[in-house]
Amino acid sequence: MTQVAREVELARNAAGRLVPVQANGRHQRLYAGVGQYQPTGSKAAPPVRSSRDYPASGDKRVPNIETALRLSGLRDGMVISSHHHLRDGDAVALATLQTAAQMGVKDLIWFPSASFPSQAPVIDLMDSGIVHHIEGSMNGPLGDYCSRGKMRGYGVLRSHGGRWQAVQDGEVHIDIAVIAAPTADPFGNATGSVGRSACGSLGFALADSIYADHVIVVTDNLVPFPCIPWQIQGNNVDYVVEVPSIGDPAKIVSGTTQITRSPDRLKIAEYVARFVRDAGIMRDGFSFQAGSGGIALAFVDHLRIMMKDAHVKARFVRGGSTRYLVELLQEGLTDYILDGQTFDLEAVRSIATNSRHVATSPFTSYNYHGKGNFASMVDVAVLGATEVDSEFNGNVVTHSDGRLLHGIGGWQNCLAAGCTILAVPSFRDRIPVIVDKVTTLTGPGELIDVIVTERGIAVNPRRKDLLEATKVSKLPIRPIQDIQREVFQICGGAPQKPQLTDNPVAIVKWVDGTVIDTVWQVRS
Amino acid sequence: MGTSLQHALQIYEAGRSGKDVRSDCRVAFLPQDSGGIAIELKSRVGAYYGDSIRRQAQRTLDTLAIGNCRLCIEDEGALPFVIAARIEAAVKKSGIVKLARALSEAVPLPPVSSKDRLRRSRLYLPGSEPKYFINASLHEPDAIILDLEDSVHPDEKYAARILVRNALRSVSFGRCERMVRINQLPLGLEDLEEVVPEFPDLVLIPKVESAQQVADVAQAIAQIQRTQEHTRPIWLMPILESALGIENAHAIATADESVVALTIGLEDYTADLGVAKTVEGTESLYARTRLVNAAKAAGIQAIDSVFGDVGDIEGLRRWGENSRAVGFEGMGCIHPSQIPIIHDAFAPTEKEIEKALKIVSAYDEAQREGLGVVSLGSKMIDPPVVNRALKLAATARAMGLLDAREASK
Repeated sequence: MTQVAREVELARNAAGRLVPVQANGRHQRLYAGVGQYQPTGSKAAPPVRSSRDYPASGDKRVPNIETALRLSGLRDGMVISSHHHLRDGDAVALATLQTAAQMGVKDLIWFPSASFPSQAPVIDLMDSGIVHHIEGSMNGPLGDYCSRGKMRGYGVLRSHGGRWQAVQDGEVHIDIAVIAAPTADPFGNATGSVGRSACGSLGFALADSIYADHVIVVTDNLVPFPCIPWQIQGNNVDYVVEVPSIGDPAKIVSGTTQITRSPDRLKIAEYVARFVRDAGIMRDGFSFQAGSGGIALAFVDHLRIMMKDAHVKARFVRGGSTRYLVELLQEGLTDYILDGQTFDLEAVRSIATNSRHVATSPFTSYNYHGKGNFASMVDVAVLGATEVDSEFNGNVVTHSDGRLLHGIGGWQNCLAAGCTILAVPSFRDRIPVIVDKVTTLTGPGELIDVIVTERGIAVNPRRKDLLEATKVSKLPIRPIQDIQREVFQICGGAPQKPQLTDNPVAIVKWVDGTVIDTVWQVRS
Repeated sequence: MGTSLQHALQIYEAGRSGKDVRSDCRVAFLPQDSGGIAIELKSRVGAYYGDSIRRQAQRTLDTLAIGNCRLCIEDEGALPFVIAARIEAAVKKSGIVKLARALSEAVPLPPVSSKDRLRRSRLYLPGSEPKYFINASLHEPDAIILDLEDSVHPDEKYAARILVRNALRSVSFGRCERMVRINQLPLGLEDLEEVVPEFPDLVLIPKVESAQQVADVAQAIAQIQRTQEHTRPIWLMPILESALGIENAHAIATADESVVALTIGLEDYTADLGVAKTVEGTESLYARTRLVNAAKAAGIQAIDSVFGDVGDIEGLRRWGENSRAVGFEGMGCIHPSQIPIIHDAFAPTEKEIEKALKIVSAYDEAQREGLGVVSLGSKMIDPPVVNRALKLAATARAMGLLDAREASK
């Protein structure tokens, strides 16, 4: 496979980053600053359909994925979407693309809500021309493939909210959405809460079900109409395919999510919880969001004890739900869990049985084109990052050597919270996490309020209120430059600059659809 | 393989590498007769520090006056002080170099440790595991112990000694007292040669059974200090780990004026007695209380053993509270999660503090008024009670337990 060289016109955006003005044949708007871009016009819409064209019996079953794709009019260059609620256990997205390959089409654009290492065989499909490029997070081998400049089109990295935005304003038009469903009925109503491949919420597939030209539901647990409750409405679905298995349940949810055992990371979690308490954020009726990483889980555990001690109760918590959030709900320490994705068995059980554990979607939580969204109503969000810089800018998509390794997920969207905390070790192995300038700008520093490391806590100087509130706290609050200096001293100076070419391989979108930065091909 | 290798190939190695190894590196040193220096580097952090590691390796070989060799480094993100130590150890194992040291960059020395400072918790760090060193002080134990004895495999003793020496130079251990546990003599004397010039605050002497062993260590330290012309105190903490050691506790405690504490090693002690070690510790109660008594008679601190079950937080708490109740002032820890539990266990209770502060204030008042007798209400307070209250208040202050009260004044 030869590397793809491109003649690219670049421009500098409001963050000072060089970005392509065209990508995948489409003109790109440059990032203009937080809240600066105001789109106009009408939202995109799928074609008009008539119920007379669908079976009156409500039975939309077809024998297999190939039939469904054929009936959907599969042809070269189409955009095929999939969701990632089955995570690394998903078998449907890959099966769909491989079926399409057997049907002889080429130049497909795969539009997953995220990709996982088990989907690495898509590399073969890109090598053979069947898939043109991926618009969605690329992890592991796929990220590496893209980083080495082997993908024909640009990777386009969007947040969960940004994906909804792109669908809704017509930037991405989904030709065929394939929705893996742990339970569905022949009409196409589907839920993720039950079934042997249960994964909890199906929120990431919701936009696809509403906006795609053709919608295929694939299930390994077909129930007679009606499938209750439905997260995907059958009224949006064209075809239903029954298969023996939609994935490997062991990889869909983890048996139990685990708190980090590293004493250093536990220290970070403890600092985060104490900061939330000491800054006065932890008060009756507050809300928070935390992910499923080891530090975030440990943070929740610390906060739970502090909430009990202070007799404080949250109104709602958001997340990636895990047994630690479920525990809060069961102990009455929160009124609701608003669930974006469901990570472990305990959380899957809870969402299926507890009416206060509610599935949400990127529309309710994150969408730029919504009339508001939940993210900005959250009091505090605890997130990670691969790098931060002394301006508090954050990077979650590349490592410091420039390699593309992670998706954005809901990270950019969560920055809208009242207080955004990045909980990161100050260095990993010998690699400093606080750098002079982030390799890839994913989130602007004006939205990142606090960096918590094991060596101290840096509060963004813009947040005078937080600095004031924590003035008497015993927490080790220090200027970010101070922590950076200490880490450079430990690591033996600043690291070498990454070896990058001037060939863009992917663009990173801000939540409003503008281009905030570029991922460059790494020198091999 | 280089073409210049005509002789039987001799490889000298130090350190560890591999998928599960972090913050260490494996260095293989192959001396050559000619051909200059060839450095081969495979590093997990090569994209970030590859150039820096090569430069450091070259500098280190220069310092050791090595002109011809092959040096292979498999690096798992080792920090500079570790890389220097591993190279030095590999080179010295060849016997080509004996005295030269490739000292790593020094950080400022912490303030001198006082004889009777708080020693509630001391965190053991295996001397051959550099990944534990750098963040140890963040967990705020009163002391860290760079251990050269039982946690280090015999094959790694040599390299660990050099690594620990560099750690004393280059790692900031914050406000922790920097302790080193040396090996039993005579091996321990070689440890002292290496570490004493880097100003450890305290040396733990294992398996002490007689005053003479302590005197030997004190003398060895004094001799090294004389050649180095350094006068910073290095305190001693003998570890009693046998029935004989316990019998000689007072003589050991008074063997040298640099002895600041006695402690006990229960694994070896119970083995010596031929009894099982239990969580209740009944079998060692005599030894432990005997040690406390000897230490107090000598005017030094009595420090308890470690509690080995990291998962049993409640057991640790109970052990710590009992330990304080019989007169110990601290204990060892083998995991950072034990530190806050131990600090809690050795802290005076709220009630004790309350009572002590009342007596202290009565004492202050009596002093101001020039009265010989301290009284609280209608009650006269005996001098030993006053003394205990003064001591307890001072301890509570050192532990930061009076901060809230004193801030609100």
